[in-house]
Amino acid sequence: MVFLAVFAPLLFTSDPIQMNPVERLKTPSLIHWFGTDMFGRDIYSRTVYGSRISLVVGLVAAVLSVILGLFIGLVAGYIRFLDAILMRIMDGLMAIPGILLAIALVSLSGASLITVTIAITIPEIPRVVRLVRSIVLSVREEPYVEAAIAAGTRLPLILSRHVLPNTIPPLIVQATYVCGSAMLTEAILSFLGAGTPPEVPSWGNIMAEGRLYFQIAPWIIFFPGITLAVTVLAVNVLGDGLRDTLDPRIAKQM
Amino acid sequence: MTDKKPVLSVENLTVKLPDHADRLNAIEEVSFDVRPNEILCVVGESGSGKSVTAHTVMGLLPPKQLKPTAGRILLQDENLFEKSELELREMRGAKMSMIFQEPMTALNPVVTVGDQIEEVLRIHRPSNPKERARLCNEVMAAVNLPEPEKLRKSYPHQLSGGQRQRIMIAAALILEPFLLIADEPTTALDVTTQAQILRLIRDIQAKHDTGVLFITHDFGVVAEIADRVVVMQDGRIVEVGETHELLRNPQESYTRMLISSVPSLTPKARNNSKVSNVVLSTQSLSKIYGGKSFFRKTREVNAAQDVNIEIRKGETLGIVGESGSGKSTVARCIVRLINPTSGEIYIDDDEIAELPESSLRQHRRRVQIIFQDPYRSLNPRRTVGQSIVEGPMNYGLDKDSAWNRATELLKLVDIDSKAIDRFPHQFSGGQRQRICIARALAMEPEVLIADEAVSALDVSVQSQVLDLLDDVRKKFDLAMLFITHDLRVASQICDNVAVMCKGMVVEQGKSSEVFKNPKHSYTQELFNAAPGRNFNFGEFETTV
Repeated sequence: MVFLAVFAPLLFTSDPIQMNPVERLKTPSLIHWFGTDMFGRDIYSRTVYGSRISLVVGLVAAVLSVILGLFIGLVAGYIRFLDAILMRIMDGLMAIPGILLAIALVSLSGASLITVTIAITIPEIPRVVRLVRSIVLSVREEPYVEAAIAAGTRLPLILSRHVLPNTIPPLIVQATYVCGSAMLTEAILSFLGAGTPPEVPSWGNIMAEGRLYFQIAPWIIFFPGITLAVTVLAVNVLGDGLRDTLDPRIAKQM
Repeated sequence: MTDKKPVLSVENLTVKLPDHADRLNAIEEVSFDVRPNEILCVVGESGSGKSVTAHTVMGLLPPKQLKPTAGRILLQDENLFEKSELELREMRGAKMSMIFQEPMTALNPVVTVGDQIEEVLRIHRPSNPKERARLCNEVMAAVNLPEPEKLRKSYPHQLSGGQRQRIMIAAALILEPFLLIADEPTTALDVTTQAQILRLIRDIQAKHDTGVLFITHDFGVVAEIADRVVVMQDGRIVEVGETHELLRNPQESYTRMLISSVPSLTPKARNNSKVSNVVLSTQSLSKIYGGKSFFRKTREVNAAQDVNIEIRKGETLGIVGESGSGKSTVARCIVRLINPTSGEIYIDDDEIAELPESSLRQHRRRVQIIFQDPYRSLNPRRTVGQSIVEGPMNYGLDKDSAWNRATELLKLVDIDSKAIDRFPHQFSGGQRQRICIARALAMEPEVLIADEAVSALDVSVQSQVLDLLDDVRKKFDLAMLFITHDLRVASQICDNVAVMCKGMVVEQGKSSEVFKNPKHSYTQELFNAAPGRNFNFGEFETTV
């Protein structure tokens, strides 16, 4: 998928926004692999270019939410008096429905890639925070952490050396999950018209445009939809695989 | 008794381990009989295959990983390997039943204990609720549970460990099986409770003519309860014999080694005539857990109350007591892993009980602690070398000298110093505990605290680690605080002991005096409960 996104222009694509009124609503053929839409744009090219948006949004949302969530989670898990305050704020954030927040943000500051990404990231942060906090709470009771305290190791080192590594494997799984669900949310937002601006092809707005013509040209929705599903599935499988190889105990058995 | 037909015969049983395991078979050609009205103890160290044997008999092996490949198991002449899963299920509970080590996890926490006992009846015998309740009350009374009618409606967490184990036994015995398999049933219990449970198993099996297959690692328990003993090592039977004969006159060197590793209850004579200065002392140290919270009143627990102890240079003070007596709390307060509620802690003349973290830091080096669980006290993601140098480098030792010191210390604790770059999971439990000792010594402490440091180890390893601890104490003239629930261990390593009960020190003095002549009633109770106390292990009649 990454390969697709980076090398999009080289993969037998035509210009994704070029309109060609003669070739409107063509069925899939050798020239237009996935068919064309109502403006005669090539669905294959649009899908390939659309992968750029999806991957960027997915990755950025995953990385951002994991970094922020990790930091807040470590603090909440280790510094007791901040715990209650931080977790109530997180509970508050979690109570906001993600899609509505995204629509609100987009309507406030206009549709752009950045607003969409932020809108998707915010509701994901509390999930990461909860995960990290629960791991920190159990790891801080481990004797080796206590041994490090007794050995005079300072707090930042204890966190980074003894606590943090334990959070990585589950975080990777969580990150890929966030990545997958961010792609979905982005597609939903674009489909609803609250996501990426219409001139940028993304899987969501290709499908939104195809909705009207679904009866006569199902391929407009079908191909980007399939690509989206396969990508999200691939990302999740990748997450599980990464976790297994990164965990020293499981890796040993393999 | 010996002419009676055995309830259980195991013949040439072999169970294969998965392909990548460190040996081919979990157990190999194991044969033994359990006769009616007999307690057969299977003893062995961890990994000897004793639990696998018990689980094979019950048909409880994980089906994909462990497979019996040869042999027969006959329960009253019926070959268990020829039975279908359905027939086996019929037999479990009715003809044979099992009690487990951990009574908390073996009981379902969301079902009342009465229901759990009655469940056996519901499954095996069509009966009406009244009848079941009656039988349930009866069996609960038989295992000496007070007020069965009331207790039946309680949940496992409302009962103590000993009561839970009694419930397990009640459930196992309600159908009066011929065979009871007990897999380390008293290992998780305190000594006084253990003594009661052992007596209970003994009484009940005598009353019902039950054959008992008793799995244990503890020779004290063996001496207390067994009629005959099977000694296992690495999946094979080493020796079988009548208890008294086997303990007094073991034929095999392995059995001999095991038995002589059991620490004696008579304290070693210790010649600490020189009086050195006090390194560590506490003055009315107290710790209260819980307290008022904003939303509700929580229960306050006096984990430690008014504890006064002192340790001189080169001396070992043992704190003994059962679980919940507050002995670990005292240790953790002294290391300042938790903050004491009140009282003073002196290292030499420095008071550290109330120091804030920033000024405490320079004193942390002086007190080091070794924990109970060798599998969790080393960070699994760091090499042992990294773990050892961490402390010294925190206090400004440069990298090269820290690593040199780590290498030397590994040699001192008898670990190949080439292993410095290995990860903890590549070592055995005993080796890890040695590494933890090296890590503590790397800080050049004045006080070494061992919190149940040998409790998780097999007896033969235990005695080696004990010797090591005693050696380093002498070598570095350390003051050692040794926390243990095991009187035998305490008697071997401590100059002085303090006995704790419910957060208070009830008796304190020289080990030789306390062991010979315990004054406080609780101490006496503790000594009377020590399994195998009438037996001097390692005094054999013959020598090889």
